[in-house]
Amino acid sequence: MSALRVETAAGGAPRRIGAILLRHVYLLRSSWIRVFDLMYWPLLQMIVWGFMTVFLANHSSWVVRAGGVLIGAVLLWDVLVRGQFGMTWSLLEEMWSRNFANLFVTPLRPGEFALALMGLSMLRTIVSIGPAALLAIPMFAYSIFEIGLPLVAFYALLTMLGWAAGLVLCAMLIRFGLSAESFAWASIFVLAPISGVYYPVDTLPVWLRPVAWSLPSTYVFEGMRAIAIDHVVRTDLMVRSLALNCVYLAAAFAVFLYAFRRARERGRLLQTGE
Amino acid sequence: MIEAVIKVQGLTKRFGDIVAVDRLTFDVARGVTTGLLGGNGAGKTTTISMLLGLLVPTAGAITLLGEDMLRHRYRALPRLNFSSPYVDLPNRLKVEENLVVYAHLYGVRGARARVHRLAEELDFVGLLGRPTGELSSGQKTRVALAKAMLNAPELLLLDEPTASLDPDTADWVRSYLEDYQRRTGATILLASHNMAEVERLCGDVVMMKAGRKVDQGAPGALIARYGRDTLEQVFLDIARNRTLAEAAQ
Repeated sequence: MSALRVETAAGGAPRRIGAILLRHVYLLRSSWIRVFDLMYWPLLQMIVWGFMTVFLANHSSWVVRAGGVLIGAVLLWDVLVRGQFGMTWSLLEEMWSRNFANLFVTPLRPGEFALALMGLSMLRTIVSIGPAALLAIPMFAYSIFEIGLPLVAFYALLTMLGWAAGLVLCAMLIRFGLSAESFAWASIFVLAPISGVYYPVDTLPVWLRPVAWSLPSTYVFEGMRAIAIDHVVRTDLMVRSLALNCVYLAAAFAVFLYAFRRARERGRLLQTGE
Repeated sequence: MIEAVIKVQGLTKRFGDIVAVDRLTFDVARGVTTGLLGGNGAGKTTTISMLLGLLVPTAGAITLLGEDMLRHRYRALPRLNFSSPYVDLPNRLKVEENLVVYAHLYGVRGARARVHRLAEELDFVGLLGRPTGELSSGQKTRVALAKAMLNAPELLLLDEPTASLDPDTADWVRSYLEDYQRRTGATILLASHNMAEVERLCGDVVMMKAGRKVDQGAPGALIARYGRDTLEQVFLDIARNRTLAEAAQ
């Protein structure tokens, strides 16, 4: 028995999850460039679509009626994108720094690591989109916060889908290494045209609509338009989105754990490079 | 009867057609520093990775600190630690930040105080505020060693702990390990290419070649068995396929 036995603290899993969160807070704190990088695209997107809204407001009765629906759409779309990026980015940081082997010889379990990635995704989403949402108020007289309580539901539902996509992409990164990195940045955008971010689902060809309705994000954007245009809160849409999200998230978690187990079989935790 | 802290039985790892570790069996007694010796590709790192749970064996059994590592590795992991020059700590974090994060991962109470105590012990207090990526190899080794000591491990697994270090720093590391082992009674398994290091630190040596154990014994006993003067000569005999009889001639 070791004569130098150190005292251990209570709170096992939460403490380990907190340690991973702390590691990334330290990382963000060490570089304002990284924080700026997080905010850059959401700000730029919001500004472009804000001016587009101003232009269309003078040429389209639909946009006049819908108020800032396009700005709302771009901000909510970024919740989904940043939710996924937040997870994969945090995992990539561990791969770039060749830190996997050190991490997974500690008592940290893969499930705890996945939960930490979700927490980091929330943190990064808030840092990314918060400034854009606030800046839209003075610039375009549009406050997404006026949506009220449903905004919390929209945020939660899109974040859940971002987590599900993030977990699957993290599984790919663990399985295939950094050669799968481009997927981490590009694949989420395939959901944009199908989810009806900027237009109603009815705009899509008939054969594509069932695909759209299989995505939790579609219900959120339809729900947002229902509030902006018809001033109706569609809880039925939110419930369906939640149900789909639960299924996707559970499946994504299983895929992540499976990929982790396969990585342990193939020695991928030791070689996280290309 | 001496208690075995490491029990490896029939350990095998295949990557497709390649057999990296082949039916490896050995025990390491409590409080003993054991060397895992072999040339490049002998299976040392693969063996250590399987012991740590980073790699799942194709066959065989591993028991560390009385726990079956294939079924209950999370019971043993808080009581052991690991260091390798081939695994980095995040470069952009400061040394203190890295160590505090790992102290929390190991559930160490008073994480910051423990980090400072180790920094004093390993003589790098002045480095705590510096980004890890700015450290020299020798400084990184001290920090990695501190990471490995955060939970005062009963079992320490080291993969080439002095690789790429200058002789002075390498000697300092060996002295620290000797002192830690003496003070705590910890068990150490170290993979190394450095025969002088193994002769100095290890009470027992497992010789590996092509994934297999080819011999095991105390350095002195191995040298006597092969009729040689140094462990390096024994290593060369094994690496060049000389039999015991040929080696003795």
